[in-house]
Amino acid sequence: MSQADLTMEGHSAGLTVGPAFSIPTKKLAMWLFIIADTMTFAACLVAYGFLRNGTPNWPRPFHSITNVALMTFILLTSSLTMLIGLRSARAGDKAGAFRWIMITAALGIVFAVLHIREWLELIDQGMLMFKNPWGTGLFGASFFSITGLHLTHVTSGVIALIVVGVRYQGGRYHADDIEVLGLYWHFVDLVWMFVVPLVYLLNLSH
Amino acid sequence: MTATTTDAHKTGGIGKDLIVYVCLLALAGLQFVIADQNIDASQMLTRMLAVACVEAGLAELFFMHLWSEKRTFLLFVVIFTVSVLLGMQYGWTDSFRMLVGSAPFSK
Repeated sequence: MSQADLTMEGHSAGLTVGPAFSIPTKKLAMWLFIIADTMTFAACLVAYGFLRNGTPNWPRPFHSITNVALMTFILLTSSLTMLIGLRSARAGDKAGAFRWIMITAALGIVFAVLHIREWLELIDQGMLMFKNPWGTGLFGASFFSITGLHLTHVTSGVIALIVVGVRYQGGRYHADDIEVLGLYWHFVDLVWMFVVPLVYLLNLSH
Repeated sequence: MTATTTDAHKTGGIGKDLIVYVCLLALAGLQFVIADQNIDASQMLTRMLAVACVEAGLAELFFMHLWSEKRTFLLFVVIFTVSVLLGMQYGWTDSFRMLVGSAPFSK
């Protein structure tokens, strides 16, 4: 056997090795991104926790849970519609998958609008990044940082949903791509489950 | 049978998704009920975080289909994430000590 044959054999043997954990590479990449992004959010939330704990005059500016409850409901529902879209895609129902993905994107837009409306209300009441009428200025910085980071993720997700949905309908993307995007969307939902109690519910004025 | 069809079989039907969705809504509602209780902030935080962890677990296992992945991958995600979060917790604690000027890290 020549050196070239040995090299070729070795090369093809390398190619036959399956992806890590026997899951598609794109999915694994998304999971690694999610784990990395978990660190980002965890850093923000842990830092927020220390600031809140170490500051005596921490404000409690939220009087009503209506808006945050509605936002939570919308985001959870968007996760369900994403799952239905994925199921449609797996079943080969392109029109159905596209419709559900667009519904998910629409729910994401509604969430973002409600979020921005809430921000504007707080800004109207005098809350800025480093000052507010209720207590320490750190509250505005941490609130806008955490919710802003989450809102950025939602906005990116909405753009990705529209792009992937359109390309899926055009035949360029497949059900697997929708599944990978779905992972990201569910992660955004998952983060919100921690943002709500820490940033909103602990700061309700009773 | 293709990999996608196998996945679909493993992850169950839409009924399962609906059940998980209703459970998540109920748990989210529970967080709001806890927020309305007249308890001190640390107790409230503990209870809310416990509920949030259950919510996150359900979302990861069923919405993100981690339950139907290989067990080695499930373990990888859980162990890696938890170790990072614990490391961060202790890392931040030390940073906080440095910030307020306490021993031993401020010296």
